[in-house]
Amino acid sequence: MDTKRRETLKSLLLAPLAAGAAASAGCAAGRQVNWTELPREYSYGRTEAERQRDRELFAESWFSEHELVTIAVLCDIILPSDHPNGGALDAGLPDFVEFIVKDRETLKLPVRGGIAWLDSYAIAEFGADFVNIDEAQRLAICDCIAWPDVEDPVLQPGIRFFSLMRDLTLTGYYTTGQGFRDLGYQGNVANVWDGVPAEVLARHGLQYEPEWLAKCVDQSRRDIIASWDDDMNLTS
Amino acid sequence: MSANEPYDAIVVGSGAGGGIATWRLAQAGLRVALVEAGPWYDPADDSQRTQFRYPWESPRRGASTRLRPFGDFNACIGGWELDGEPFTTAEGTDFMWWRARMLGGRTNHWGRISLRFGPLDFRRRDIDGLGDNWPIGYEDVKPYYDKVDKLVGVFGTNEGLPNDPDGFFLPPPKPRLHELYYIRGARRAGVPVYPARKSILTKRINNDRGVCVYCRQCDRACSLHADFSSSTVLIYPAVASGRVDVYTNTMVRKVDTGPDGSATGVSCIDRGSRQELRISGRSVVLAASACSSARILLNSISATHSAGLGNSSGHVGRYLHDSTGASRAAFLPELMDRDIYNEDGVGGMHVYTPWWLEDANLDFARGYHLEIGGGMGMPSYGFGFAANQYKEFLGERVGGYGNGLRDDVRRFYGSRLSIACRGESVPQYGNYCELDPDVVDEWGIPVLRFDYRWTEQEINQARHMQDTMEELLEASGGILLGGKPGPERQYGLTQPGEIIHEVGTTRMGDDPATSVTNRFGQLHDAGNVFVADAGTFVSQADKNPTWTIMALAWRSSDYIIDQMRQRNL
Repeated sequence: MDTKRRETLKSLLLAPLAAGAAASAGCAAGRQVNWTELPREYSYGRTEAERQRDRELFAESWFSEHELVTIAVLCDIILPSDHPNGGALDAGLPDFVEFIVKDRETLKLPVRGGIAWLDSYAIAEFGADFVNIDEAQRLAICDCIAWPDVEDPVLQPGIRFFSLMRDLTLTGYYTTGQGFRDLGYQGNVANVWDGVPAEVLARHGLQYEPEWLAKCVDQSRRDIIASWDDDMNLTS
Repeated sequence: MSANEPYDAIVVGSGAGGGIATWRLAQAGLRVALVEAGPWYDPADDSQRTQFRYPWESPRRGASTRLRPFGDFNACIGGWELDGEPFTTAEGTDFMWWRARMLGGRTNHWGRISLRFGPLDFRRRDIDGLGDNWPIGYEDVKPYYDKVDKLVGVFGTNEGLPNDPDGFFLPPPKPRLHELYYIRGARRAGVPVYPARKSILTKRINNDRGVCVYCRQCDRACSLHADFSSSTVLIYPAVASGRVDVYTNTMVRKVDTGPDGSATGVSCIDRGSRQELRISGRSVVLAASACSSARILLNSISATHSAGLGNSSGHVGRYLHDSTGASRAAFLPELMDRDIYNEDGVGGMHVYTPWWLEDANLDFARGYHLEIGGGMGMPSYGFGFAANQYKEFLGERVGGYGNGLRDDVRRFYGSRLSIACRGESVPQYGNYCELDPDVVDEWGIPVLRFDYRWTEQEINQARHMQDTMEELLEASGGILLGGKPGPERQYGLTQPGEIIHEVGTTRMGDDPATSVTNRFGQLHDAGNVFVADAGTFVSQADKNPTWTIMALAWRSSDYIIDQMRQRNL
């Protein structure tokens, strides 16, 4: 079940939007932000009502280009692509975030409002909105809002927003093939599970109780049809 | 036979009870109409399959939706809210009502936890003076539990426990790593722990169904038919007999009765075409779920049955009760930085703790059991949220960004241990559902209104659950997560209906003045109408109801077959 992900890239131009900041923010304009485009067609046992719902979500336009670029830049900071297992943009995070925010109504306001807060903060601190300040300035802001233990009341909306974006970025990444590789997840395959590996047990200083083990399935006999005697003892 | 000739039996609902009734009656040669409000379903059909899907096969990565509240890949079509089919609640009631709309009903997503009621569970009034005894005892049901074990397949172990009876079990899977920590903790705390009991085939039971391949996805329904769903285990074979007609997407409005008060069939509506439909039958078996069957009976008003069919006692809808529930989780530092290997196992827990304080002097009646959770599950929506929150317990800073988050995610993956309690509530006459005279659903059927409040018994039990969970999680080496809910939150007690074990609305009894059916699920008021879902339960025990639903449905079906042979039906 390979992902068959289309490796096309989506590109959006970083363009200054905040009118007052435009003149001083030209430095970033023209640099492109690229990410893997996620599929828009899915087939996984849906009812007609579900298919209809997803068609409507994909058709809905919620974020402006500026908001989407800001999401992309943030996701990239949270999980950069300079890693063998790829980062947020390789995993198509902006597309995922766009979809999930449309799907989960309660996310719409926090993300939109969070981006607006971030821009207002960036303009106040550095004279341009978040995507149009330079990389060092962006990271300086992130350093202020990436740690929930910071108590500065002015930063609380930003901290909430950054935590939300970190959650969405990590969940969006670890639910892709890249994320599975990064984690080393081994499951979701047909197998005959026969207990915790011996070396793992040893590392934890644990062992199966012999009486317990004696009751457990003998996997070499799993295909022999079950039969019992009248005293409820399995005999096959 | 002609299309207009009545069926021998009309079974309403295709879940655990309806599945057994359909299968058993067809096996005995009866001609059966099975009426299901939802569509045909087979998890082996790739267009309906959600098993073995990766999270990225869903644009929302398995997140819940209103149409799939337990997640995008969950098998159950239905939910807490159904479009066009509302329900209402009395003031002060927070009842939750899950309704499935599919072949096999809720058996497509349940936890497969399959526990027999024990001898004490049928006579609780004798023990604590509360509620009522069942009119039957364990010895009446035991032969049918035995049959269900052998037909359906259930893993577990014979432990000789007094109120958690032995069975014809398949062998259980070995415990996972976090379950070994729980076992060790439970031993330290002096609390018993045993292999779980679940209707999942760890061993071949026949040549028609597969054997478990340990994907942990029973909630997605098994395309190998290696777990129990009513559809896969009972209805397909019943249909293969050639004696069953399945009416899918068909909503039953009421049971029709003749001048003598006995049933002549059911009136339905085809949900696709909105055409009215009448199905004739010599008998009707209601298995639409406790509340839906009660609703159908209450809506079956006639000259003979002016308060609704089977309701001369006024007891239809009364004694509605659900299991209690509470849960807690902990972080296990010993499971940090763990080796990552495939530990999916079967769906849900491999070990559990049955009620162990039967003889203790407590400030609540009835018991509860403990279900154990944790391990290295497949990431889906929500994975990675608060990714490094456990750093708090290590004296490290929570939050941040960058590639270091990857290390945090791996470090804490699979380091959580959780316990969920499921307990017995005391049935109350004052907890009930009734028809709301002011509201109809889109099919023109009056909707149910619920009036339900927990009592001190359940609230005190929840407090005890919280203390137990803390003790066991800490004994297992865990650091408790979240706060301990206190009296302001009823100690974390779940809402009525939330555990989806609602039972009791058409309870059985020997006295027609205080019960709806007799010992065989036969209405006191109409001899050819039966209830084969959990509505007949006098009390719910702390056990999950499915195995008892099936045993009783089989018993009722044998009675129907016998009565037909004797020409009494």
